[in-house]
Parts: sequence; C-alpha cells; structure tokens
Amino acid sequence: MTQLIDIENVTADPGRLVEEGRVDKSLYSDPAIFAQELERIFNSTWVWVAHESEVAEAGAYKTAFVGRQPVIVSRDRKKNIHVLLNRCRHRGATVCEGKRGKTRAFTCPYHGWGYSLDGELRAIPKPEEYEGVIDKQELPLERLRHDSYQGMIFATFNEEAEPLEAFLGGAKKWIDLFMKQSGGYPLQVLGDHRFRFPGNWKIQLENTTDAYHFPIVHKSFISSLDDQTSEVFDFLDGEGFVEDLGNGHSVMVMIPELVDLEANLDDPIPERFAELAEALRAEGHDEAEVRRLVRAVGGTGFNLNLFPNVACSMAFFRVLTPISVDETEIHHVAIGGAGAPAPFNQTRMRLHEHFQGPMGFGTPDDAEGWERVQKGSLAGPDGWILVNRGLKRMAPSADGNPAGAVCSETGMRAAYQMWKRLMSDEAGE
Amino acid sequence: MADSMFQQAIDFINREADLLDHKAYADWLGLWERDGTYVVPVDIHATDFANTLNFAYDDHAMREMRVARLKNGESVSSEAQEGTVRSLSRFCLLDEDEASIRLRCAMFLSEVRLAKPLLYPANVEYRLTKTAEGLRLHTKVVRLINAGHHLNTVAFIF
Repeated sequence: MTQLIDIENVTADPGRLVEEGRVDKSLYSDPAIFAQELERIFNSTWVWVAHESEVAEAGAYKTAFVGRQPVIVSRDRKKNIHVLLNRCRHRGATVCEGKRGKTRAFTCPYHGWGYSLDGELRAIPKPEEYEGVIDKQELPLERLRHDSYQGMIFATFNEEAEPLEAFLGGAKKWIDLFMKQSGGYPLQVLGDHRFRFPGNWKIQLENTTDAYHFPIVHKSFISSLDDQTSEVFDFLDGEGFVEDLGNGHSVMVMIPELVDLEANLDDPIPERFAELAEALRAEGHDEAEVRRLVRAVGGTGFNLNLFPNVACSMAFFRVLTPISVDETEIHHVAIGGAGAPAPFNQTRMRLHEHFQGPMGFGTPDDAEGWERVQKGSLAGPDGWILVNRGLKRMAPSADGNPAGAVCSETGMRAAYQMWKRLMSDEAGE
Repeated sequence: MADSMFQQAIDFINREADLLDHKAYADWLGLWERDGTYVVPVDIHATDFANTLNFAYDDHAMREMRVARLKNGESVSSEAQEGTVRSLSRFCLLDEDEASIRLRCAMFLSEVRLAKPLLYPANVEYRLTKTAEGLRLHTKVVRLINAGHHLNTVAFIF
C-alpha cells in the first residue's frame, strides 16, 4: 500500500516531498507547508518589491508585500530609496494604503503619528504624556535591507542573505538583455493588471517557464494573430531552450532571434508593426530610431523566472504574492520607455492588453488551468506532480548551465531544488 | 406619442445588456459603429485611454477577435463560463446634440465562478450615435468600482 504522508513530519523533511523529477501534490494545499514557506522562503531570501521608475521622484511611494507582510517602497527628499514595514510603531495600523503616489509624510490615521519618507518618526500628537517614556529616534518605521539591480528593487528580512548580485548570479545577464526593450529610453512602468486565482503560488511560478502549455492553453490567442506572428509563437519545435541559472532562477528562450533586441536592426519590419513604423516616421524619427523602437516594441523572446516572486516575462514583469495556501495575487506590470515616442508606448500597452490581465486573451485561460491544478491536486490521499519532462535529454548551455529543450520542465526543477534547499532544516536554522 | 430620445437610448442599452447576458455576441457586434471604442479602464478616473493601460481597449478588430475567442471553443476559460446576469439602473442623461446622446448608468453584473456568484458593480458611460437606421453604439466605458484592486479573470464581456 502507498504510504500516506506523515503530516506531522512533513515540514521537518522537505526532501521527501521534492525529488529530482517530481514533487508531492501536498505542496499546493498543505497549510503547514505554506506557513513554513512564508518563513523560510519569503522572509529569508530576496523578494522583488518595485521597479525604480515606480518611485522615480522624491516623495514618491508604492505599497507592496514581502510574502504577506505589507511594505512601503519610498524615495526620500535626497532621492534615496527605502523599504519600510507598513506598520505604525504605536499600535500597529498601516500608515499608507495607497497603491502608489506622492506624499510628504506617512501619517497613521489612528492616533496621528507621522513618519518621514525615510521612516523616521517625526510627529506625535500631545507628546507630553510620552516624556521619559519613549524616544522618537528609537521608533522609526522598521526598515528592510534592500538593493537594486537594473532598476529592479528587491528587499529581504534576512540580514545574513548573500548580496543581491550574488543571489541573482547567472540571471543578471538575462536581466541586462531584458532591459533593452525600452528602445533606448529608460525603462518605465506604465501600469499593471492585478488579479487573483484560487490556487497555490508555485502553480504560477511553474507556468512562467512552461512552453509545453502554450499551444494548448493559448490556442485562442494564437488564432487572433496574423499568420506571420502566429508563426513566431509556434516555438515548441524550434531552437529554444530552458536553462537552469542557479538559485532557483531559470530562463526559457522561446524565440532565439529576439534574445538581443539591439542586434539585427536591419531585419525586415514585421507586418504587425508596419503601422507603428509609419506612425514613428510620421513623427519625424529617423530610420535608425524607427528600427530600434520597432525591434524593441514586442519585448524579448524569453521568459526569465526569478525565484521566488518575479519574472521578466517577454514584455512585462510578472509578480506573485502568496495570499493563502490556495490563493495567489498576480500583477502583470506593463513597461515602456520614459520619454519614448507615444506610438511606441501605446503599442506596448495594446499588446499587453491583448494577452495579459484579467480581460486579456491569454491570462484567463492560464488561470483556468491553474485552478484545475489546485482542485485536482486534492484528489487521492497521495500523488505526485510530474516535472520530469526532458530530464534525460539535458545538455550544458553555452554558459555551462544545465539546459533542456524549450518545452522541457528544466525551469520548474530549478525552482523546486531551490525550494528544497531553503525549506530544509539547515536553511531554517 | 413617440418615446423621447432619452428613453430610446435606455431601451437600446438594455437591449445591449440582454444580448451580452445571452451571449448573442454576433448581434452585439452589429450594434456598433465601426470606429467605436469599448473600454474597461484600470484607472477609474482615466479619460486618455490611448495613453493609459486598460483592461480592455477595443477597436472594431479587437472586438471581433474578442467575440471570436469567446465563441470558437478554443478558450478553456470561455468554455467554462456559465453566464452572466446584469442589471442596469440610475440612467442619467449626460448630454445630447443632433448627432449623438451620452448616458451614464449603474451596472450590477453577476457571474457564477466555482459555484459562487461574484458581483461586479460599475458605472458605465455610453455614447450612442443617431443614424437613419436608429441608434448605434459608439463608445462604452465600463468603470468597475474595484478596477484599482485585483479582479478575477473575466471570460465574458462587461
């Protein structure tokens, strides 16, 4: 008889739940595992919180989450960035509920304690009762360690975590390539689509490097494209690959000719961007500029998955926030060029609307698949999720990393090996 | 006595709602002017839709593709969608001239998802053009009151 999993000991031995080519289905539905993930993954490693363009000016802020903990990303008057816990030091109320905006201070709505953009406690109404009781200097909003790479801001609760650049490691090269898609202008967040699905966060994490689902789940999207573009998206039998970049990160290259958007600028302009090229020419941009923007507008030919919560996915950032063991919030963050010609950013937003978000032609079908995984994973007392596709056909990449075919499950295996490492007792100690 | 233009517009909008709830999408497409725009903004205060990210910003071609996706059996979420019921009320005349009439109303739309009814309240604005064949839909802007937060995925037309 199949051995039932011993729930009491599950969290003590994640090695039993994650093997090389399969993971136990309880990883999607066990609240004890979820609680441990919050502690050992989201509270212990680098988590993406913002792009610098979202807090571009002095006084700008954005609210975000590290795991389930609310934080504020702010830029102070000296233009320094801070990541602050969104919790008043008095009685614990959040001090900021806006999505993003500009402010001079964060004021708690409950008793009026006021904090500056760097988190310092500046104002306490009727302070005399605190004489000899508290010192304002000792009660700033708590600050998280943070660092940026290519404008992507990550934060961590873990003072011992390795430096951000070491954590990103092999992914840095791909982040550099991803940032070329703003067409020579500084990359700028243009807005986001937010939605939730009733399923575990790792189901979404897996999806970003899952080419295998694309022609099945996104058939209706492919049908809506012109012939030339649908050929570009027919990449399952192409020269693409998935590469394990270490630390749970992976890249899935679907369209190799769109890896470097600053190369091949003399290629013919694709049919679907002919109108954009004309609009740019009509605005007086020279042919070199037109070609650079047209080449960049559709995004890169790869999805880069950064463990645990963000992906640089073709033409947007895909951010996940775990809500509960069986609910996840996802933001599809649209990006463009700051100061780029309007037709360029407009085309990027229209492409984003076409596939992404709750009303896109792609996302609702993804979410339907993910919901089915969550529901189906409850069937039976025991069972495995297979992530072994391409396991025996791996070969080293050009950079010497383990790599498999574009429709292999290499990226999922990379993520689960990192999961196992962080969830093991050694990492938790 | 003939109905007032305002009443004719209300009747038109109620008929449009009925078509959508009954998934009569081909007939719905037939209500539109070719240069019309269907918008579901992310920012409920947005007015410059071309330069803003929206949930949907459909010209004629996108509307046709959206309808094709809902009908052609290739989209698993569309196939799973069980239906919607929407109620329109609090009609308000915004302005009217010789060529068109603008209205706003409240919409409460419910769908069933995972066996639970979900509610999408919205303010909806319409611009209808007056033609020899009657009223035509030129602009429809659906301002969902929770657009600034997270939605569930949507496999229907608001």
